[in-house]
Amino acid sequence: MPISGSEIVKMLPGKKPCKDCGFPTCFAFAMKLATGGATVDKCIYLTPEVKAKLEDLLAPAIKLVTIGAGDNKVQVGNEEVIYRHEKTYVHPPGIAILISDKESEAKVNEKIKKVNELNFSWVGLTLKADLIALQFESGDKNKFLALVKKVNDSSNLGIILISEDLNVLFAARDLCADKKPLLYPITKENIDQAIPKIKEKPTPVGVRGASIEELIPLTAKLKEAGVDEAVLDPGSKNLMEAVRDQTFIRRAALKQGFRPLGYPTIAFPCFIAKDGLKEVLAASVFINKFTAVIVLSDFDQYSLLPLLVQRLNIYTDPRFPMAVEEKYYEIGTPDENAPVLITSNWALTYFIVSSAIEATKVSSFLCVKDAEGLGVLTGWAAGKFSGDSVGAMVKKSGIENKVKNKKIVIPGRVARIKGELEDALPGWEIIIGPREAAGIGAFLPEYAKSLRK
Amino acid sequence: MEYKAPKEAYKGMVREVTIGKGEKAMKVGGENILPFHFFDEGSLPNPPRFALEVLDMEPAEKTPHLIEPFGDVISDPIKWAKKCEGFGVDAICLTLVSTDPAEKDTSAEMAAQLVKRMLAEIKKPLIVYGSGDEKKDAEVLPKVAQVCAGENLLIGPVQKENFEAVGKAVLDNGHVAIAQSPIDINLLKELNVKLCKFLPPERVIIDPLSSALGYGIEYSFSLIERVKQIGVITKDSMTMMPIIANLGAECWKTKQAKENKTQGLLWEGMTALSLYLAGANILVLRHPETLKSIKETIGR
Ligand code: SF4
Repeated sequence: MPISGSEIVKMLPGKKPCKDCGFPTCFAFAMKLATGGATVDKCIYLTPEVKAKLEDLLAPAIKLVTIGAGDNKVQVGNEEVIYRHEKTYVHPPGIAILISDKESEAKVNEKIKKVNELNFSWVGLTLKADLIALQFESGDKNKFLALVKKVNDSSNLGIILISEDLNVLFAARDLCADKKPLLYPITKENIDQAIPKIKEKPTPVGVRGASIEELIPLTAKLKEAGVDEAVLDPGSKNLMEAVRDQTFIRRAALKQGFRPLGYPTIAFPCFIAKDGLKEVLAASVFINKFTAVIVLSDFDQYSLLPLLVQRLNIYTDPRFPMAVEEKYYEIGTPDENAPVLITSNWALTYFIVSSAIEATKVSSFLCVKDAEGLGVLTGWAAGKFSGDSVGAMVKKSGIENKVKNKKIVIPGRVARIKGELEDALPGWEIIIGPREAAGIGAFLPEYAKSLRK
Repeated sequence: MEYKAPKEAYKGMVREVTIGKGEKAMKVGGENILPFHFFDEGSLPNPPRFALEVLDMEPAEKTPHLIEPFGDVISDPIKWAKKCEGFGVDAICLTLVSTDPAEKDTSAEMAAQLVKRMLAEIKKPLIVYGSGDEKKDAEVLPKVAQVCAGENLLIGPVQKENFEAVGKAVLDNGHVAIAQSPIDINLLKELNVKLCKFLPPERVIIDPLSSALGYGIEYSFSLIERVKQIGVITKDSMTMMPIIANLGAECWKTKQAKENKTQGLLWEGMTALSLYLAGANILVLRHPETLKSIKETIGR
């Protein structure tokens, strides 16, 4: 619930514009403050109380929290919308693997190796998990501390420390405090004891309650003590409750402007579902439903990739479709007898079509028409893949000078542009290709042969 | 500041649509809350339904871990459908791929006879998809509608190129239409407006075209969320229809699903769960294990 400029101006001195803030009037300054274009300290005439109040009102509705340090730090929170189509989600959730100090050394090593090394390239990006959660379960403090030390030494990833025993929690924190680990859980039972310890070396904390209501006095207490980086665990017992709690927290923060719940959240599919497949599916629900840190008991390459792809997809900015540049691309080493195909410039369309061509091992030219990042059919429907505009693109691209056969293959789904395209490209023959990229494998080799006859 | 649980109430309601008749009848839609939001003010009388897809011909591509649960019945659509019933489906979705001129170009009459025989053999309501070729579907789907008159099938895809022919046959023979348009809210509403000039809106289900994880799911996800919200929150009549997400085939087309069983099940499962959370009322899957793990995950 962002505060408006006209509400801010009521709190400014505003008797006579002095312009000391660099703006012509208090009102102009207020408008800038409301949109985040200026900071409160620019007006030096505010009383400390008003200044603090304004700063609080202008702070993001959901706190930005940083776990870890350096290049591998994970930043979550600061989200501005409930549904991604309203604007965009900003900070993708951190995905963590859970390691218990009760697990065998071999298992521990395997997990550290996995989380450090598993990575996937996907449409030009590298996807990876980001965090390691370490759980004190053995009852043997030294054993846990040895695990923390080992992980701290062998990985640059951010750490989540999980211990019901506060002494152990803070002893572990002391081993990796510079890495800004997330300390979990802070509860109504231990919060008074924990606060002074947290303040010794500030790091983010995970607050656990048995319900949303139980979290509220806890975050209020933390805030009062000056601890402001927290993530919330509302203690949801199953997925139905989880969706409710995640939704309520997000709504309370954004729609009600309710500060005590204005924090990112953490979820533990590892404790909700036991079976591997269901645990990953539960994690995928949390990705869809606002969660900022997601802890899994384990994963392998086949369960991690789908989760990372989903995170990427949901956190893609819907206002800017991923698009590739309009031009012709050479796939393999096409010569003057190579096939020429055309598709739209949505990154995904390009990715699917070019990999289908690559798989046939037939060197080809692939023309990519700027359809403002839409797919072929939607692009056509929006008038961005019409015969006229496709023809103009082909002419402009210079592909004419690269091939002897003036033949171009269009996607079967837009067969209807054939006539228009023939008019726009005199001398060219328009070939209707497969309806889907999946059909390229059956189509292209034969077609390429026919061009060489 | 007091905390008050931010429950919401809306003025719109998704139309309740019945598919199948008599003992086979299944209701979808009817909710006046957003998907999974049982905590808001309102009700969700019919939980999302799951269907498994059956093809009318042996699939050309035989991904071992996809066809394994069906064994040799995948060459016989009726046996395949009956096997699916054993996996706890709410409905069967028969796709007439073989009618595609680029496939076997099976005649409308033959396709319709298959649907009729399947209807007689299965106990669950039937969803029938044509091949997606607008021209051929304009022959095949009306024939199916006539031959199975009065059975209240869910038939589609009705597209803007063939909505008159197919929509009319759906109306005259007592069925429900799947109105399909390519991932665009305006196109979707436009088609519904045209269709609802002669077909009651209670006989329409929206298919916004579902994309798989990694292959455009974010578009389907947000479109379904928006359609549902515009219907339920702002009470826009032309989006207050239940939504079908036909995603199984899209998922199993991907390299990632074909490559490995776990990855395939998750690819399909996450796509389905995401579109479920976005607001789909019917989800069409391919793999029975996906169906099982989703039901267990959401606690049904
Ligand atoms: S410095 Fe303060 S009092 Fe002066 S114009 Fe700016 S906002 Fe107003």
